[in-house]
Amino acid sequence: MQDFRLALAQIRPALGDLEHNLALHLDYIERATTAGADVVVFPEQSLTGYFLSDLVPDVALPRDDPRLDPLREASQRIDVIFGFVEETSDHRFLPAAGYLHKGEFVHVHHKVYLVTYGLFDEARDLAGGGSVRAFDTPIGRQAMLICEDLWHPTTASIAAADGADVIYGLSSSPGRGVAGGTHELGSAETWRAMNRLYATLHVCYVVHCNRVGFEDGVNFWGGSEVVGPDGEVLARAPDFEEALVFATLADASLRRQRTRLPLRRDENVTLNGLEFARIAAQRHWRDDG
Amino acid sequence: MRPSATGEMTVDVSLRERARRGLDLDSGLTCRVLEAFIRDEIEKFGIQRAVVALSGGIDSAVSCALAARAFGPKRVLAVLMPYRTSNPASRGDAETLVDQLGIPSTVIEISAAVDGLLGELDEEPNPLRRGNIMARARMIALYDQSEAFGGLVVGTSNKTELLLGYGTQFGDMASAVNPIGDLYKTQVRALATALDVPAAIRDKAPSADLWVGQSDEDELGFDYATADQVLYLLIDEMYAPADLIAGGFDADLVHDLQRRVVRSQFKRRLPLIAKLSNRTIDRDFRYPRDWGR
Repeated sequence: MQDFRLALAQIRPALGDLEHNLALHLDYIERATTAGADVVVFPEQSLTGYFLSDLVPDVALPRDDPRLDPLREASQRIDVIFGFVEETSDHRFLPAAGYLHKGEFVHVHHKVYLVTYGLFDEARDLAGGGSVRAFDTPIGRQAMLICEDLWHPTTASIAAADGADVIYGLSSSPGRGVAGGTHELGSAETWRAMNRLYATLHVCYVVHCNRVGFEDGVNFWGGSEVVGPDGEVLARAPDFEEALVFATLADASLRRQRTRLPLRRDENVTLNGLEFARIAAQRHWRDDG
Repeated sequence: MRPSATGEMTVDVSLRERARRGLDLDSGLTCRVLEAFIRDEIEKFGIQRAVVALSGGIDSAVSCALAARAFGPKRVLAVLMPYRTSNPASRGDAETLVDQLGIPSTVIEISAAVDGLLGELDEEPNPLRRGNIMARARMIALYDQSEAFGGLVVGTSNKTELLLGYGTQFGDMASAVNPIGDLYKTQVRALATALDVPAAIRDKAPSADLWVGQSDEDELGFDYATADQVLYLLIDEMYAPADLIAGGFDADLVHDLQRRVVRSQFKRRLPLIAKLSNRTIDRDFRYPRDWGR
């Protein structure tokens, strides 16, 4: 991996207002570029807002939509990772994370695990993705996951096994749990634990970019962070407030930590593949039976 | 579960302890979220002012203090709406808070309006009807002040009342945004301490104050502290009533609370719309309230 400077854009998008949110992206991209960042990352559905319900078809767009041209243009100077809802040619709507480099999408990840429980109702309005892939960029091999994907530890395992040195998690994580004692939201506590755990056990960088603001009374708590391969928090944005924070991600840290703790080298991908294939076949047989 | 000395299985943490921990509040964090909530959800509508019906009780005191923190004192109007049978001490307590917060306030007596309406009735209404009429008269005055002051109505119904249906629909339950609707009474009390609400307000027995001497806990037949534990375990932790009874909670109380929650569900929802079309409001026409904001 090349050493690079990352900017976390912890924004507060307006719900269903593409034009406003695009301008917000361009503002943060400009500031990140001026500050010398190589990559800027935005939260889940940063271009659309989160609790869309029936607004989904109004804000979904195909990746070649001209409304994305300003972001493509901006990506000539800085790599841009952002969240949107992608409309496919057969008119499905998928939560998406796009990686723009020099005007082109290097990769688009579709959220695999839609959330449809508790306060979430994604599967009513959206379709889920069907793959988790790392992808190559001039900086190195990276992977993107979206929010609920990370509550399934297998997605991070796949991304790491596929060679990602940096795993980005784009989130619109609602803040909840205000019990006394910890001085942080229950949801924040869990996320921070997950970010540290994935970084440490997969010996890679984990970048969690969460949004702030409110939608219909639900708060998004922010607290975006970069965790290094030894589990150290390298940068963290404040809770609840819009922010642009920076961190430098260095190959030397990956090398040092992978030497001390060669978990990634020892990961038995073949075993995982065989066992998961066996379990999937058996479960398929059981479900049908 | 682990075996006890006698070999029986015992629950590691009792349900009461679980409820106590669950109701324990990080007041600083909660205030931070709620101030931001009031500011954000009102400013989205191009408004930076709020009005709050201040009764002299703890719930409205907390909502008022949060609103004053969210917008600064000059942008929050406290509306005091006594009826002639309201306890005079309530007004005094409300005024103490108004002075402490340094917010503007106005007093609108609802006696003439309520008595005028009562005088038109053929029969003497029971206390419930009288209470509902007063609550709805206050709503009319409050929403008028909302327009006059140019601020949105900040609600004062807590989670306990909302779950029990212990409030008047389209009366005291009416608001634009409600910062305390996800806080049980026990938690509102903790927040009141953190917000420096005067002790006189914090320490008195909760009352709808529809007549002198009225007490929520007498009327309901249980105390809020216990009811909150039961409701927390049923609603937030999703225990079954049988679990609570097995855990030592009074069976009659658990069933009574469960019944109240079910019976009052209608109060927490919009009026039912008869479905005819393929896209009925709030059934399959579903847009967020913050649409475009």
